[in-house]
Amino acid sequence: MAVISYREALNQAIDEEMARDENVFILGEEVGEYNGAYKVSRGLLAKYGEKRVIDTPIAELGFTGIGIGAAIAGLRPIVEWMTHNFAILAMDQVINNAAKMRHMSGGQIKVPIVFRGPNGPAEYLSSQHSQSLAAFWMHVPGLKVVAPATPYDAKGLLKSAIRDDDPVVMLEAELMYSWEGEVPEEEYLIPIGKADIKRQGKDVTLITYSKPLRTVLSVADKLAERGIDAEVIDLRSLRPLDTDTIFASVRKTHRAVVVDEAWPMGSPASFVAYAISRECFDELDAQVEIVTSEDVPMPYNHRLELAVQPSEEKISDAVAKVLYME
Amino acid sequence: MAEKILMIALSPTMEEGTIVEWHKKEGDNVETGDVICEVETDKATMDYESSQSGTLLRIIKQQGDKARVGEAIAIIGEEKEDITEILKEIENEKINPAPQEKKAKPAEKKQESETVEQKHTKPREEAPPASKPPTKEEKAPPTPGRIKASPLARKKAKEMGVDLRSIRGSGPDGRITVKDIENAKAITPQASLSNETKRIKGGIIPVSTMRATIAKRLSESKFTAPHFSVTISATADRLLNLRESINSKAEKKLSLNSFLIKLSAEALVRHPAILSSWEEENIRLFDTADIALAVALTEGLITPVVRSAESKTISEIDYELTDLIQRAKTSSLTPEEYTQAGFTISNLGSYGVEEFDAIINPPGSAILAVGAIKTEPIYDGETFRPAKIIRLTLSCDHRTIDGALAADFMRTLKAMIEEPAEALI
Amino acid sequence: MGVKKTNSAKVLNDSLYMSLLEKMLLIRIFEERAAQMYGLRKIGGFCHLYIGEEAVATGSIAAIDLKKDYVVTAYRDHGHALACGMDPKVLMAELFGKITGCSHGKGGSMHFFDTEKHFLGGNGIVGAQIPVATGVAFSQHYKETGGVTLVYFGDGAIHQGAFHESLNMAKIWNLPIVYICENNQWGMGTFWKKVSAVEDFYKMGAAYDIPGMQADGMDVLDVYEKTAKAVDIAKNGQPVLLEARTYRYKGHSMSDPAKYRTREELEAYKKQDPIGRLKTLMEEKNLIDDKAFDALHKKLKKIVDAAVEFAEKSEEPAIHTIYEDIYADKEAIWQL
Repeated sequence: MAVISYREALNQAIDEEMARDENVFILGEEVGEYNGAYKVSRGLLAKYGEKRVIDTPIAELGFTGIGIGAAIAGLRPIVEWMTHNFAILAMDQVINNAAKMRHMSGGQIKVPIVFRGPNGPAEYLSSQHSQSLAAFWMHVPGLKVVAPATPYDAKGLLKSAIRDDDPVVMLEAELMYSWEGEVPEEEYLIPIGKADIKRQGKDVTLITYSKPLRTVLSVADKLAERGIDAEVIDLRSLRPLDTDTIFASVRKTHRAVVVDEAWPMGSPASFVAYAISRECFDELDAQVEIVTSEDVPMPYNHRLELAVQPSEEKISDAVAKVLYME
Repeated sequence: MAEKILMIALSPTMEEGTIVEWHKKEGDNVETGDVICEVETDKATMDYESSQSGTLLRIIKQQGDKARVGEAIAIIGEEKEDITEILKEIENEKINPAPQEKKAKPAEKKQESETVEQKHTKPREEAPPASKPPTKEEKAPPTPGRIKASPLARKKAKEMGVDLRSIRGSGPDGRITVKDIENAKAITPQASLSNETKRIKGGIIPVSTMRATIAKRLSESKFTAPHFSVTISATADRLLNLRESINSKAEKKLSLNSFLIKLSAEALVRHPAILSSWEEENIRLFDTADIALAVALTEGLITPVVRSAESKTISEIDYELTDLIQRAKTSSLTPEEYTQAGFTISNLGSYGVEEFDAIINPPGSAILAVGAIKTEPIYDGETFRPAKIIRLTLSCDHRTIDGALAADFMRTLKAMIEEPAEALI
Repeated sequence: MGVKKTNSAKVLNDSLYMSLLEKMLLIRIFEERAAQMYGLRKIGGFCHLYIGEEAVATGSIAAIDLKKDYVVTAYRDHGHALACGMDPKVLMAELFGKITGCSHGKGGSMHFFDTEKHFLGGNGIVGAQIPVATGVAFSQHYKETGGVTLVYFGDGAIHQGAFHESLNMAKIWNLPIVYICENNQWGMGTFWKKVSAVEDFYKMGAAYDIPGMQADGMDVLDVYEKTAKAVDIAKNGQPVLLEARTYRYKGHSMSDPAKYRTREELEAYKKQDPIGRLKTLMEEKNLIDDKAFDALHKKLKKIVDAAVEFAEKSEEPAIHTIYEDIYADKEAIWQL
């Protein structure tokens, strides 16, 4: 199996789908000539030309809306947002048009579109460029939301998202683009709405998605040295949410910690914790803990920004709490 | 084709409007958009713009008249058109007004019949007094009387028959975890008989909350109430035959204790002074026969109460008792289910004990100790024959109950045991 | 009547006159009935009527080919839906919130849709339909269908960023789209001149090198011709901005008593009523007389009466339908 980077995996997904279906095209800021702000679309302009790899002006609301219009009229656009922070300008289009047109039209209209770009804390970017907006998208019925954490999942989920007949918001992470992992040569798809058990265990369930997966797996290794066998679930999709996998694991371990880069109030983690508390109440041996970013905007200073985000230490502390090890 | 002009809602909340002034008179031509009249709504005076066109044939609601939304205020149509039919229709509507549109009913909640079990498990949670919300430094006080145990630990305790009150939790603030349950089970005395070691293990057992409660209450009872006891023997053949014949046909077997509770209740009805409580200044007389049964647990005992036993049938008592005992064993009784009995029965018959005295269970003044039923020869004046004999001892608080009263009560109870039909009379 | 004559010079055939008249009259009667039904509480929520503006949708939509062209509009959409040939029955049923409505009772007044008739709504956020319509034109261009998209918006929406972003991209990507500003002069209760740096909206395309035109929105023939011209230009990959100056006789929506304008102003516009003007022209051409007009009115009223009856008799949607029409696959909805 080839070992490739996360960005390369996304690039392969887009490339393969554009080759497969001429209605697939990509538009966004810097996706063409510049080969992508984060080089995800590298080489696509040369291969597919200006008709299908389209550099837009800096007008998120406008080009996101144009993508939606193109989708309802028969195309399969991939809208690249340079970052989710800029996607806030396009939120009206995504929430009020993409997510609602099928509904308002009584099922007449479909909106097969993918919105993708980096989300979540990065480094040294302060508060406007370093934040997770996962909850904003996860909140909206009519959208699907995926947040893969490995090159393998990223490629398989992006291909599924492009083929999906509903709007899909994809959360990537700037710091993940260079992460490497195994990706098979042959074609494969990963279904939207299926979580993945990244590590089997029996003592405690650690649930996460996107970039914190790495941190969580590292914590799990350290817990193993202390004789604690943690199961790690990578949600991969936030909407639909794979509760079957979550509940089955918690029924086995009786303890759960949910790790999320978003802020605590109304976070994806808080919703997962609620679902567990409700559905696995009699199986729990401790309260469900969530580890999120602190409830503050991201500071620029590196020591401070690390203090804001979920860390190995914070995750370990939460595990200790639910295992009554304090 | 003549049509009605209907009153329309001219404000979002208007239900009814008053015609302030007509701008058109009968015979006038009306175009859509023309203001035909002014209407006073609940908020303001509004122009009524016509959405119909034609000749105004008849004004139904004159200046000053009120009209509900949907009511005809005029008739419009072609000049000289015959409107008798439509007028009739309007008359009819006045007599039988169209039913008001029903508001959409909210989806009906599924009425769940409260099962007995639910009724009994509803804890009466006392809301803590309102004050400032607890901060990190200052945790909310635990609800009094509530045992802290994880949901899983509770479930496990139920399965394994472990009494949560006998356990000291190892979790935060003494919360009992599933580990604590497993450890507790491993050292219960019952299991030790089958153990390979038969040596006596000394040591120190920390006093559980339950143990401490028992110690306190019973010492108080024994040392403050002057106890005396009266014992009788009764021939229980008829009672046992009756029970047997009922149970041979019944799906659920009724326990002897249910019969004893019922008969005691009937005897108490005949001697209500037994149902009393010493309160220093006063003697309180209970108005129902709330009879407790002492139930042994690994860690001590508990006295679940059957309320108003005098007004319940034996099978009702039995049904309740089964539930109470089962929940006593899994420590899921609420305090109001095991306190405030006016009379108590303690039955050690199953251990083979022939007779004993029990300590009074306050606030009651008497406790009935029931021994094992033994087959003994009895002399009926002519011959000896085998009979089933039961010995009953009543311990009484002499402050409220005198010897004669106790004896009288026991005589009645004996008569009922020997001939249960007595209870019906 | 003192009705202004139409300034149309183009020779149009007789059947077109008649169909324009019929369409405008149908919209007028439909909207009057909608107002009445709203007053009787059969229709709820926001309900924006098109009375007075019928010439704009009718004239412009008559100039396109709905087999390949598309129409996208905002929330004052009853007129456009009818002009696209949607059945008054399914529209009235939608207003009543019934399962037989075009959107199964999920859209209501602001969200009429008919994908088969190429009418893409019915959009409720001011100006947000403009990028979407630009995207529809993008698809036509991408697929080389030869079609154009007409997108309508009001004098209030033209100041939204969505409008400006869309025009710029339509221009750089040569999209076949005609932006039609239905300037009815009042953005809710705000007079358009009070909030605009520009008094002639058709000039607003200049910043993006987009040609502008102006039509008399009270004259269906003028709207028809100008749209036909604009569509010819747009087909060649040159977006056009067309301003139609018009007037609404009713409030912004049913809950607006329109106290901010004078009755005189309204009466002045009613004198140039688009239906009256076309009727006068047709009388001059001996295409219609009062009797024929009345017969037409009666025929259309019957159609609208039948629509009301259909809506009345239709079923409410079943509760379980709340879970439908959200995703391609119902399973995607959160349910524990």
